[in-house]
Amino acid sequence: MRGGPVKRSRRGGFDLRIPTAEREVLGTIPEMLRALLVDGDAADPALQRLYPKAFTDDEEASAEFDDITHDELLEQRLAAIDTMERTLRSDHVTEDELLAWLAALNDVRLVLGVRLAVTEEATVADFAGDPEAERAYELYRYLSYLEEQVVDALSS
Amino acid sequence: MAQTAPVETERPVGDEVVVPDVPWIVIVWNDPINLMSYVVYVFQKLFGYPREKATRLMLDVHQKGRAVVSTGPRERCEFDVSRLHAHGLWATMQKDR
Repeated sequence: MRGGPVKRSRRGGFDLRIPTAEREVLGTIPEMLRALLVDGDAADPALQRLYPKAFTDDEEASAEFDDITHDELLEQRLAAIDTMERTLRSDHVTEDELLAWLAALNDVRLVLGVRLAVTEEATVADFAGDPEAERAYELYRYLSYLEEQVVDALSS
Repeated sequence: MAQTAPVETERPVGDEVVVPDVPWIVIVWNDPINLMSYVVYVFQKLFGYPREKATRLMLDVHQKGRAVVSTGPRERCEFDVSRLHAHGLWATMQKDR
């Protein structure tokens, strides 16, 4: 798409044309995610969404699986957040860096989506009257747009 | 589901030999958050599925609520589930019954 915020570059990697104001908003994501991932309550539904049960009908096997995989998954998530933070002001990123953006964007969308209990039919009207939820939903919508652009660029 | 054009298979002759130890399936469940395009991308990236197959699986998840995205021995499925979780998809595994 011409003029989109994320484009595969002829010299390799990807060009990011994201306005400064939007980068400021994106700059709030790493801390938000780290706070949840590192200090969050394991019973938090948002955290549970990031680490779903692995076995359809087996709590015990799921708990065992989580014991084995949780730390590595956490490390991957934190590494992606670090990379996104480090390249937040970059006009050009490598494919690996953009994949880190994608991972962080998707994680934060999952968190916001769970918090807002979004449905496939959700609109901003669903959150009218609650300014905080309205702002969170606006951010969610923006992140959805940006993630879509990232996926398009990676698939191009 | 509508039938698409027949797909060429590269199956070697005589592969109907039953492999006894393939009792597990990996299921991806529908959720209202993950983008359709993202799910297609993840299926292509993780499983090497062609775009058409990845899209069909995504639509199954979206419309039927779930789709089996891979099958194999337990260890293989555990690996797939952990990769799907790393990508934020809601995946579980179970014995194929």
